[in-house]
Amino acid sequence: MTAETAANAAARRQVWIDRGERYGLLIAWLIVIAAFGAVKPTVFLSWANFSTIFGSQAVLVVMTLGLIIPLTAGDYDLSIAGNLTLSSMTIAVLNVYFGWPIFAAAMMALVVGLVIGAVNAWIVLYFRINSLIVTLGMGTFLHGITLWISNSNTISGIDFAIANVVIVTRLFGIPLAFYYALLIAAIIWYVFTYTAAGQRLLFVGRGREVARLSGIRVDQVRAATFLVSGLLGGFAGILSVGSLGAADPNSGLSYLLPAFAAAFLGATTITPGRFNPIGSVIAVYFLVTGITGLSILGISTFVQDLFYGGALVIAVCLSQLVRGRQERLS
Amino acid sequence: MTSELTAGEAGAPDAAPAIALRVEGLSKHFGGAQALADVALEVRRGEVLGLLGQNGSGKSTLIKILAGLHAPDPGAKLTVAGRPVALPLPAGEFRKIGIAFVHQHLGLVPSMTVLENLLVGEHATRANWKIGWGRQAERARALFARFGLSLDPFAPVERLSSVQRALFAIVRAFDQLEQTPDALARILILDEPTPFLPAEDVRKLFALVRGIVAEGASVIFVSHDIDEVAEITDRITVLRDGRVAGTLATRGASKAEIIRLIVGRAVDLAGMRAEVRELGPEAVVLSGLSGRSVADLSFRVRAGEVVGITGLIGSGYDDVVGMCFGAVRAKSGFLTLHGAEQDLSIATPHRSVGLGVVLIPGDRLAAGIVPTLSITDNVTLPVLDRFGSQARLSRGAMRDFAAARTEAFDVRPRDPDTLMSAMSGGNQQKVVLAKWFQMKPRLVLLDEPTQGVDIGARAQVFGEIRKMAGEGAAVICASSDHEQLAAICDRVIVLSRGRQVAELAGDAISKSAIAESCYLRVDDLANSSDTEAAAS
Repeated sequence: MTAETAANAAARRQVWIDRGERYGLLIAWLIVIAAFGAVKPTVFLSWANFSTIFGSQAVLVVMTLGLIIPLTAGDYDLSIAGNLTLSSMTIAVLNVYFGWPIFAAAMMALVVGLVIGAVNAWIVLYFRINSLIVTLGMGTFLHGITLWISNSNTISGIDFAIANVVIVTRLFGIPLAFYYALLIAAIIWYVFTYTAAGQRLLFVGRGREVARLSGIRVDQVRAATFLVSGLLGGFAGILSVGSLGAADPNSGLSYLLPAFAAAFLGATTITPGRFNPIGSVIAVYFLVTGITGLSILGISTFVQDLFYGGALVIAVCLSQLVRGRQERLS
Repeated sequence: MTSELTAGEAGAPDAAPAIALRVEGLSKHFGGAQALADVALEVRRGEVLGLLGQNGSGKSTLIKILAGLHAPDPGAKLTVAGRPVALPLPAGEFRKIGIAFVHQHLGLVPSMTVLENLLVGEHATRANWKIGWGRQAERARALFARFGLSLDPFAPVERLSSVQRALFAIVRAFDQLEQTPDALARILILDEPTPFLPAEDVRKLFALVRGIVAEGASVIFVSHDIDEVAEITDRITVLRDGRVAGTLATRGASKAEIIRLIVGRAVDLAGMRAEVRELGPEAVVLSGLSGRSVADLSFRVRAGEVVGITGLIGSGYDDVVGMCFGAVRAKSGFLTLHGAEQDLSIATPHRSVGLGVVLIPGDRLAAGIVPTLSITDNVTLPVLDRFGSQARLSRGAMRDFAAARTEAFDVRPRDPDTLMSAMSGGNQQKVVLAKWFQMKPRLVLLDEPTQGVDIGARAQVFGEIRKMAGEGAAVICASSDHEQLAAICDRVIVLSRGRQVAELAGDAISKSAIAESCYLRVDDLANSSDTEAAAS
């Protein structure tokens, strides 16, 4: 009888631990908001501040979502930041220098992203090289092309229509870019959770040999993840141009580390132990809220690096802990 | 002389050679299972002792105790060169005593040079901060020359032929013995160093072993191959079911006598046999399969028939199912399944699954299941299209289905959300069977289907395999577990050196008959008198 109640208590405690794990990051985000809100209520808790946070970081959200797809299949795409700068510069060059209509230029950015994904996939799968090293080189190579075609200059004067559909038009006070990012997150969530393709993707990442022997065409799945991350890199480029009204050959690169931090931090929440889009979105906004709050308090810009770098390492440690615990449990 | 268990030591005791190593009263339990029972053996200075026995006879346990990987039960005594050594041995202690090992996989790093591989042990034990590469290369050349080897110290190991690698690994082990001059003895343990070598290369290896023994060292030669053991050893100790079945002088011992010691007589008392039943029409034709260690293998399987493939290590039996599935590329060969022909040199798992072929892999944790995912995830993987459309997977239906499968296969725990890593090997294997058998396969390929599976689950796995065959599937089972083959197979094909040397069917199948057939050689079949002697 007592053993039974003890077991029940343990089970109940376990339920709470699971819930804490699942919503921990969300709760931490709310605490961060409350803390900064208490210190600087007028500035921090304004809708203007939040709409800026939501709108300005859509590019980072899309990049993070682009990363978690190959990450789920066990591959890295470090070229996604280089992809972002090159595709945004493609829009600027085609629109400003060659007078292409902005819509065509934006479509071209997506094509550039897809081509990058295809080249990554081909090199990784044909030559059987670790994706980490291939995409690391590719990212720098793409940055080189970006500097070349832009003469290392920021190109402005891009058709205002793109800013209109990305950042100027607002819904409930938040720029459309935010909703695009949410839409992509929702699609990925659906594919991961409710499609056979998502399930196969998961197996390719967790047990490549198991997947292969189960008849899954592992190489096709991996190639597809590179194509999708390439496409999302291109889309992030469009959002970047829309947000800035210009294409900057360098600033996109600084998104890479925050995107990885958010991807790994996101994997500790919602469905702990798995890269997941909703967790990624929450992680991005958690990180950005923290940084915004600290800069409102007047702390200088080095906090960005402290925050993002620290978050990445802590997130990886946390997901390792979660996984270890899951294996011991049940 | 040929009376079995007491075939005593008949070595000519002329110079009474010193005993390099003596083990007495060595027992080892793993849980309730006794791996070794009161084992005693000795190795003399300057001799080669053969250690023979079937899988599970206790050979590897014995070696692992000497390597300090297992602690023996209390009461065992180890004496090296007349001095008692305390058991269990701390890890790495064998080096100080003067024992060196060469395992089947040689322990070489292929991408590094011969010299780097040679010095690996030294770096591990001594804290030299500077390596004099030139001086070390000189030393290596002198060492190789001593044993008639011509190896370039700066060549990467991957460029050596397989026999050169084996020879180098042995010389390296001998060198490690020499580098510890204060050791009690010099004992080299060769654990199955030959199975992948062709006959002429084995001869080179034996020349090297003789050279080493001539320098006063001792060698323990562990092998499955009776002919090789008969050629190189001075004495033979045979283990059977964890006990010493006998020790005999190699000269004068007949092959039949040795086989009888290895296999024993009083087996198959509790042997299960598959019930005989009507077989269906011919379902599978395998023709001309070559690749890996297999050379031109052909056989047929009928619907409902369970065919076992076995042999010694290196005979190629364990390569057959992987190649039939396309998991491993074959050099050539065709598999015809109910009239549909598949070229095995270009087969892929994807295509095989599409044709109704499934593989239950031997390495469960790496190839059979994903331990970090649940039963539901694992069991539904090959049949995801059953749960709604491509665009909408029903998680509820998947879970219900998995629950029904765990029930049907008596998987414990029943909860389909359980992670695979939380389950025993037997239950994991039941999930693997549940995963594949739901597809109503037409050909089931099994690779060591009860490896790491507990006794209770074993019978259930056997039952499921027979049941699947009863529903008309053709089954090919590769295994070195002869008891298992005897329990489930309608027919057993035995390979040696990549070729079929025996085929047992019906009442001819028994654990001991299979074991004996494994010691047949292709050339034995030509002069069948020896074969009859061995099989009688």
